[in-house]
Amino acid sequence: MLALYLREVRLGIRAGSGALTGVLFFLAVVAVIPFGVGPDLNLLARIGPAILWIGALLASLLGLERLFQADREDGSLDLMLIADGRHMLALTVFVKCLAHWTANVLPLVAVAPLLGLFMNVPPTGLAAATLTLLVGTPAITFIGAVGAALVVALPRGGLLVSVLILPLSIPVLIFGVAASRGAVAEPDPFLPAFLILVALTLFFAVIGPAAAALALRNAD
Amino acid sequence: MRLAAEALSGERGGEVIFSDTSFAVACGEALLVTGPNGAGKTTLLRILAGLLRPAAGRLALDGGGEEWPDIRAACHYLGHFNAMKTALTVEENLVFWQRFLGQARMTASEALETVGLEDIGHLPFGYLSTGQRRRAAIARLLVSHRPVWLLDEPTAGLDRASEGRFAELMRGHLREGGMIVAATHLPLGLEGAGELAMGGQAR
Repeated sequence: MLALYLREVRLGIRAGSGALTGVLFFLAVVAVIPFGVGPDLNLLARIGPAILWIGALLASLLGLERLFQADREDGSLDLMLIADGRHMLALTVFVKCLAHWTANVLPLVAVAPLLGLFMNVPPTGLAAATLTLLVGTPAITFIGAVGAALVVALPRGGLLVSVLILPLSIPVLIFGVAASRGAVAEPDPFLPAFLILVALTLFFAVIGPAAAALALRNAD
Repeated sequence: MRLAAEALSGERGGEVIFSDTSFAVACGEALLVTGPNGAGKTTLLRILAGLLRPAAGRLALDGGGEEWPDIRAACHYLGHFNAMKTALTVEENLVFWQRFLGQARMTASEALETVGLEDIGHLPFGYLSTGQRRRAAIARLLVSHRPVWLLDEPTAGLDRASEGRFAELMRGHLREGGMIVAATHLPLGLEGAGELAMGGQAR
C-alpha cells in the first residue's frame, strides 16, 4: 500500500503538474475578489476566510475526475479490482485519495496563508483558515472519489463530478468557514465547529472509499 | 489444482454473447480460446478474472487451498492494455506491481532481462514502442507468482523473436505446473494445448 501511495504521489508530481494548475486557479479566484467587491479592507477581512475556502474547494475539484479514469484507460484499474482479495478495494481507493490529496490539495493549503494576505485577513484568521483547510479538504477528496468512481466510464465526466459532489461538500464548507470565523470574531466559538469539521472528514474517510469501491466494482 | 467452468454464459449490455460453454484446465495445461471478432473471447477472460459476472453457469478453482482460494486471487490478467504508467520508468512500473501484487519471484531487472529489455529499464514507459510495451507487460507476469495466467491476445505487436521467447516462457510456466488460458488468433507455439472454439453470436 505504501508502494501505491508513493507511485500515485510520484505520478501526481511528475505528470501534468496538476498541483500547479490548482494553485494558479486558486490564485485567480482569490485575486479577482478584491477587484469585484471594492477596496473596503474591513469587508475583505470579514469575507476573507470564506473566499479562501470557496477558492480551495473549487480548485480541489480540478483533476478529480482523472482519479480513476487514468487507471481505467491504461488497464491498471482492472488489476486493482482483481487484487481485491489481497488489498481490499476500499483501502486501495483510500490510499489513492490520500496520494491525490498530497499531490494536488496540500499545495493549495500551503499557499492559503499567502493568498489570505490579499484579503487583509488578520494573522489569527490566516492560521485558523489554514488549519481548517488542512483538516477539511481531505473530506472533499473522499467525497470526490465517489463522484470520480461513478463517472469513470464517461469520457467527459469532469463537470458531472463537480455537480455530483458539490451538494455533499456544502457541510464541509459551512463548518470550515464557521470555524475560521470563530477564531477571529469574538462571540463565535472556534472549537465546536472545528471538531464537527474533523468529524466530517473522519466520516467521509470511511463512507467515501467504501462507496467509490462499490461504484468501481459495478462500472461495467 | 483444476480450473473448471460449467455451462458458462456471458453477456454484454444485456445481450447474450456466448452460452453453455464448459471446459476444464488442470495443472500444466493450456487452453487456447479462438473464434472470430465479437465471439466473446475477452468477455470470457474478464469473467474468469472476476471483472464481470457470468450471466449463468458455475466457475471454480478446485484444490487451490488457502493460498489460492479463487481464480481471481490466483490469476495474472494480461488484457489489451498494459497497465503501465507512461510517466514512470519501466523499472519503476514493474517494482510497483511486484510490491502491489505480492508473491515476489524475479526481480524487476531479471524479468526485464528475460523479455530482452535489460537495456531500457531506466526509460519512461511512454518512450517505448508497441512491441516493447507488450514485452514490459509480459515481464509483469514474471515479477510476481500466480499459477493461472489469463492472456488476452498476448502476442499483439510482438516480433517473431519475441513471440518465440514468450512461447518459451509459457512452456516454462506450464512445466512448473501453471495454467494458461489465452485468447488468440495466432498460434502461440504451445504443443498439446486444448482449444475452445467460440462460434460467434448464437442467434
